[in-house]
Amino acid sequence: MKDKLLVTPPPHVKSPKAVQGIMLDVVIALLPAAIAGAVLFGFRSLLIILASVASAVASEAIYQKAVKKQVTVNDFSAVITGLLMALTLPPDVPVWMPVIGSAFAIVIAKQVFGGLGYNFVNPALAARAFLLAAWPLHMTRDWLNPMTYEALSTATPLVGFNVTGQSGLTLTQMLLGQRPGSIGETCILALLLGGVYLIARDVIDYRIPVGYLGTLAVGTWIFGKPGALFQGDPLSGILLGGAFIGAFFMATDYVTSPVTPRGRLFMGIGAGLITLMIRLWGGYPEGVTYAILFMNLVTPLIDRYVVPRYYGSGHDAVARKAAGGETR
Amino acid sequence: MNENKTFLGYDFVKGFIKENPTFALAVGMCPTLAVTTSLVNGFWMGVAVIFVLTFSNVFVSLLRKFIPDEIRIPVFIILIATPVVIVELVMKAYLPAMYDILGIFVPLIVVNCIIIHRAEAFAYRNRVLNSAMDALGSGMAFTLNLMVIGAIREFLGTGQIAFGSAVFPKAPLFEPAAVMLTPPGGFITLGVLMALLNIAVARVSKRKTTQSQSG
Repeated sequence: MKDKLLVTPPPHVKSPKAVQGIMLDVVIALLPAAIAGAVLFGFRSLLIILASVASAVASEAIYQKAVKKQVTVNDFSAVITGLLMALTLPPDVPVWMPVIGSAFAIVIAKQVFGGLGYNFVNPALAARAFLLAAWPLHMTRDWLNPMTYEALSTATPLVGFNVTGQSGLTLTQMLLGQRPGSIGETCILALLLGGVYLIARDVIDYRIPVGYLGTLAVGTWIFGKPGALFQGDPLSGILLGGAFIGAFFMATDYVTSPVTPRGRLFMGIGAGLITLMIRLWGGYPEGVTYAILFMNLVTPLIDRYVVPRYYGSGHDAVARKAAGGETR
Repeated sequence: MNENKTFLGYDFVKGFIKENPTFALAVGMCPTLAVTTSLVNGFWMGVAVIFVLTFSNVFVSLLRKFIPDEIRIPVFIILIATPVVIVELVMKAYLPAMYDILGIFVPLIVVNCIIIHRAEAFAYRNRVLNSAMDALGSGMAFTLNLMVIGAIREFLGTGQIAFGSAVFPKAPLFEPAAVMLTPPGGFITLGVLMALLNIAVARVSKRKTTQSQSG
């Protein structure tokens, strides 16, 4: 009964969208990136994606069975978690890592807190952070060269970019994903395709990715070149790391991002700033995971302070008050 | 508590489930999270707490009629600090390696919630023998908790569990997850164990109520 008497902020407009439909849209939007990852990094990456999705769905079903809750694996949310987590992994990690990661994402980061809608951080990112802390060597070394599938012996382009301010890659290479990186983060065109699809279908708000990538680009332009201001390479700054997949698919997670348009803009800008700070002045080469996780944590705070104006308040009310009229 | 005044067994047993210091009362979290990176660390921390807790509970109980209510907390602290110094010096003398690992957490037992909690909530208003049993029960439960958490974290974080010089298994069976030895690993282990114990207790008490209703 408690679950049926939900009191939410107005306006109360019934939306024809259901969880399943939205989630299916996200899965569709992620497919180009997954296919691109499989092409760029070979059969292994496909295996990792499949293992991750299978583990996520199985964990959700087993947990819900075990605690006698309704099994909700057919709403596709576990599929998305598994898919997203796999796309953020280096392509040469052992196959047991996505299995453990997805199980952690579903059980520890999502179901223990009450399931879909109650998790306070993005489960896929929480699992990625867990894997990064648990097996740091695999998570920072198991890169492959695209198309040749050979193990990478040098640092990833992003590491070099953070140090020198130069990417050493052409724009085409970066857009097509012809660089070492996580399975799903490199092919920008595929991610952009999925992101635009989601914005066009009104599934995600453009403010989060635009705020995120815009902040990161401007910040990279200002601080990206060591020893000089306003000479950085903003394009490489947003194309080289995991910023695209993070901005379109992770920071926009309904459960863990603000509900108001202005709040969403703050979410994007905040995540962009933190990513920039971790990359340039922090100990890790990439900061997307921690930036979004941090903004997930402050989302309730943003929602609390960024409240839309009541209808009838604002300028008119101020003017009436100034004129000595009645105010409500 | 009055009807149990002479029931010593209950005072001992209640510390394990109903008033389990770590999982039911959530006191003494600082050493619980900080020193439980291995089974042996958890064991020696627990032993130190058992000694301090028994000593302080007995003396608080003995002196309970003479301690003025207004200044009871400072008096408790003095009564607790005495055994803590004893433990610290003994450990430094006979277990210097363990003392280096436990470090600041041994002197910090003085302000450990478990000890002050048992002194304030139990020893201050109960007889000496009951207080001693209460201290032993709580202390042993605390030791057991630390050992379980320590064993889980050590096994997952290093792939092995060491008892002195014996190590089991000889070679790690899997790639150890370094995160389990860090504070997040401590929180995750603690949370999962707490949840499992709560589920178990809820199941048992539910079965009891249905039995008493039908019977």
